[in-house]
Amino acid sequence: MTSRLSSTPVARALLLPLALTLLSPTVRADRMPTVTPLPAYQQECASCHLAFAPGFLPAASWQRLMGQLDKHFGTDASLDAATQTSIAGWLQSHAGTYKRVTDTPAPQDRITLSPWFVRKHREVAAEVWKRPAVKSAANCSACHPQAEQGDFNEHRIRIPR
Amino acid sequence: MPLPPSILFRSASLSLALCLGLGAAGPARAATPADLLAGYTAQSGAPAAPERGRAFFTARHGKEWSCSSCHGTPPTQPGKHAATGKPIAALAPSVTADRFTDAAKAEKWFRRNCNDVLGRECSAAEKADLLAWLLSLKP
Repeated sequence: MTSRLSSTPVARALLLPLALTLLSPTVRADRMPTVTPLPAYQQECASCHLAFAPGFLPAASWQRLMGQLDKHFGTDASLDAATQTSIAGWLQSHAGTYKRVTDTPAPQDRITLSPWFVRKHREVAAEVWKRPAVKSAANCSACHPQAEQGDFNEHRIRIPR
Repeated sequence: MPLPPSILFRSASLSLALCLGLGAAGPARAATPADLLAGYTAQSGAPAAPERGRAFFTARHGKEWSCSSCHGTPPTQPGKHAATGKPIAALAPSVTADRFTDAAKAEKWFRRNCNDVLGRECSAAEKADLLAWLLSLKP
């Protein structure tokens, strides 16, 4: 049945894009594209928050954020010049790879206000974000236990009570 | 069964490297919290007062956060970032062994966090008081 179906021109026209979609790494949205990690990024940025994948924000956002680290969402996250330059360069070369990141700018350069992020979390009630174990939409690991490994698969979501 | 010579050789090389400290990837100039305290005390020119350090740590200084907003009280317990909720290892060196063992790292965090809590840099005396108090805390 399947083989007969897939042999028709119409079916082939439908199945080929589907197959490509399933195989394409960019469409497997639950797992971030792997980039060569930068130890300084982990060390300097992940003390306060998850080492957010550079692909989650467009290059222009990273550039603005790295240019005003002393006023970083209400805290001083300033670095020495050499470390700042190194992390900024790495972010630029890996920015905006997540699907739809480059379609629209991120409001306030926040991942959590990006249209794709808001859409993906639209079923999460406002009350859930306020729970002590969640506290902030930037606290990915609260509900995505494997977020540190870049795994946001919805089957592994555990929303704390 | 005797080990192949190649394994013995590698094992001997590794032991040698460890003896020479080549295996350690830590900070270039390892220090102890006591070294840092001595440095801050010398800079301030007065003896450190642990009780002043405790009060400094727990009080707000005209801004939204105190030190304890993120580091918790007492800081022998893990803290939690006041904005993001990310867990922070306990600040007390008796609990988290690598606390205050790298002068540059300690200075970086004092610079940032004092700016968040006080809107200015901390003085050497304030750092000395705080560290003296932290060193008095037992797990």
